[in-house]
Amino acid sequence: MRALSSYKNIAPIFRKELRSYFNSAVAYVVIVVFLGIVGWFHSNALFLANVASLRLMFEIVPAVFLFVIPAVTMRLLSEEWKAGTVELLLTKPLHDAEIIIGKFLAAWALVGLALAPTLVYYATLAYLGDIDNGPVIGGYAGLLLMAGVYVAIGLFASSLTENQVVAFILGFVMVFGLYMLDKTLIYIPSWLNTTVEFIGIDSHFRNIARGVVDSRNVIYFVSVLGFMLYLSVLSLERRKW
Amino acid sequence: MAIAVHNLTKYYGSERAVNNISFEARTGEILGFLGPNGAGKTTTMKIITCYMPPSAGTVEVNGFNIAEHSLDVRRKIGYLPELNPLYLDMNVLEYLDYSARLHGMDRPAIAGRMREMVDVCGLGDVRHKDIGELSKGYRQRVGLAQAMIHDPEILILDEPTSGLDPNQIVEIRKLIRQLGSAKTVILSTHILSEVQATCDRVVIINDGSIVADGTPVQLQQQFRGSELITLEAHAQIADAEREMASKLHALSHVEAVHYQGGENSVYRFEVHAAKGNDIREALFRLAVAEGWVLLELSRKGTSLEEVFHALTKAEGEGK
Repeated sequence: MRALSSYKNIAPIFRKELRSYFNSAVAYVVIVVFLGIVGWFHSNALFLANVASLRLMFEIVPAVFLFVIPAVTMRLLSEEWKAGTVELLLTKPLHDAEIIIGKFLAAWALVGLALAPTLVYYATLAYLGDIDNGPVIGGYAGLLLMAGVYVAIGLFASSLTENQVVAFILGFVMVFGLYMLDKTLIYIPSWLNTTVEFIGIDSHFRNIARGVVDSRNVIYFVSVLGFMLYLSVLSLERRKW
Repeated sequence: MAIAVHNLTKYYGSERAVNNISFEARTGEILGFLGPNGAGKTTTMKIITCYMPPSAGTVEVNGFNIAEHSLDVRRKIGYLPELNPLYLDMNVLEYLDYSARLHGMDRPAIAGRMREMVDVCGLGDVRHKDIGELSKGYRQRVGLAQAMIHDPEILILDEPTSGLDPNQIVEIRKLIRQLGSAKTVILSTHILSEVQATCDRVVIINDGSIVADGTPVQLQQQFRGSELITLEAHAQIADAEREMASKLHALSHVEAVHYQGGENSVYRFEVHAAKGNDIREALFRLAVAEGWVLLELSRKGTSLEEVFHALTKAEGEGK
C-alpha cells in the first residue's frame, strides 16, 4: 500500500522532469555530445589503432560523465528554489524523499538514454569480430552504477543553491574529486592507500568493467548513491531550520 | 472549525516573525488576513500549509494537526504561494495535470476536473500555451486553477491579486468570491479595499501579532472615532460662512465645524460630531429651516483604511 502510493507520487515527478529535458534542448544536447565524443574516440581506436574492443569507450565515458552529468542535474532543484516552485512541490501531499527519488530517476534515465545509442558501437564490433561479452555487460553495468552515483551527487549539489552555475561547479568538483581520488595514491602515505582507493570510485568501476561482479563494488555504488540521496533529502529540509 | 491556529510563534534565527497568534477560520468563510508587508502573513500561511514548522504553537486543519498529520493537512489544502511561482516551461494543461497527479488524483477524475478548472478560471484560450508566455492575469488564474485542481476544502491564497491591473483584480476577486462560497478561504493582502470587497471576516496582523479580528463592519464600529460629515449648501445670506458655521455649531453633538471654502454662494463645511451620532437628519432639518439649498451631504464614517492605519501606524513609524 505504502509502496503503491509512493509509486503514484514519484511517477509524475519522474515524467515531468524527463519531459522537461526533452522540451528544452538539454536531452538532445546531452545525447549528441555524448555520442560525438564517444564516437570520436571509438572510431580512432577502431580505425587507427585497429583495436576491436569497447575498452577505450569504457575508459572515456567516465571522464565524459564528469561534466555531462553535473550539467544534467544542475537545474533539478536549484531552479525550484530560485523560481519558488519548491513551495508548491513541498506543500503537496508527498514525502520529501519521493521528490528526490523522482528527480534522481529522471536524470539517471536520461543518462541511460544517452548511453543506449552507444550500443551501436558494440553492434559494429560484434559484427566485425569476436567480442568478449563479459566485459561489455560489466562495462555497461558499471557505467550505469557510476552514472547513478554522479547523478545523486549532482542532485545534492543542485539542492544546495538556487544558482545553476554554482550547482554545476559544485557537482563537478565533487564527482571529479571522487573520480581522481585513487589517482592520488602516490602522494599519500601508504597506510592510507587501501582506504583512499576504496573511497574513490574508479577502482570499483574498473573491477565491474572487467566483468567481475564483486558484491563489495556493488555495495559501494549503492551506498554512496543512497547516502547522497539522503543528503539531498536533508537539504530539502533546511527550509525548516 | 476549518482552521484553528493556536499560539503560533515563528522565529527566523533570532528574529521573531510571528508572535503567539491565535485565530480561527470557520468552514465556508472567506477570511482576510490583512497587514503591512513583513507583518507575518506569509510566514503564517507557510506554516498552515506545512511548508515550514512553527517554533511554537500548533495549527489544526479540519481536525488534523499540521505536525502529526502533515500529509492529511496538505491533501485538504489548495495553496497559492506569494508571487505565484509557476513552471514557466510547462503549458497550462500539462501543469494542471502535474498538480493533479501530485495530489494523487486518478486519471479519469483528472480529465474532468481539468476541463472544469479551465472553464471556471477562463483559461480556455490559453490552455495549450506555455505558462511563460502568459500575461500576469492569466498566470494568476493558472495559479488559482492549480490551487483548486483537487477540489480542496480549504484555499490558502497569499496575495492573490498582487501585481494585477484593476480590471484583472476585479475579475480575480469575483472568481475568489464565487469559489469561496463553497470553501474555506484564507487570503492575505495589504490592500484594504480587497478585504472589504471579498472577505467575510478580517484578521489584522501587525509586527507578528494580531491587532484586530472581526467582520469588516464590526471593525469599523469598534474603531470608529468621531463622525465626519461633509456638507455643501447654497445660501443667499450676508456673511454666510460665519453665520452658517455658528448655526451648525449650535446643533447638538457637534464638536467642530471646519469651513472648507466656497464661491458663488456655495459653501462647504466639514462637521465633526461625537462618536456614534448620526447627525445627518439634524443637518437636513437645519438646512430646510434656514432656507439653505443642500447640494451635498455625506458621511465619511471611519473606513477600514483608517482602522488599519491606526492599528499599524506604530510599526510603520518604527521602520
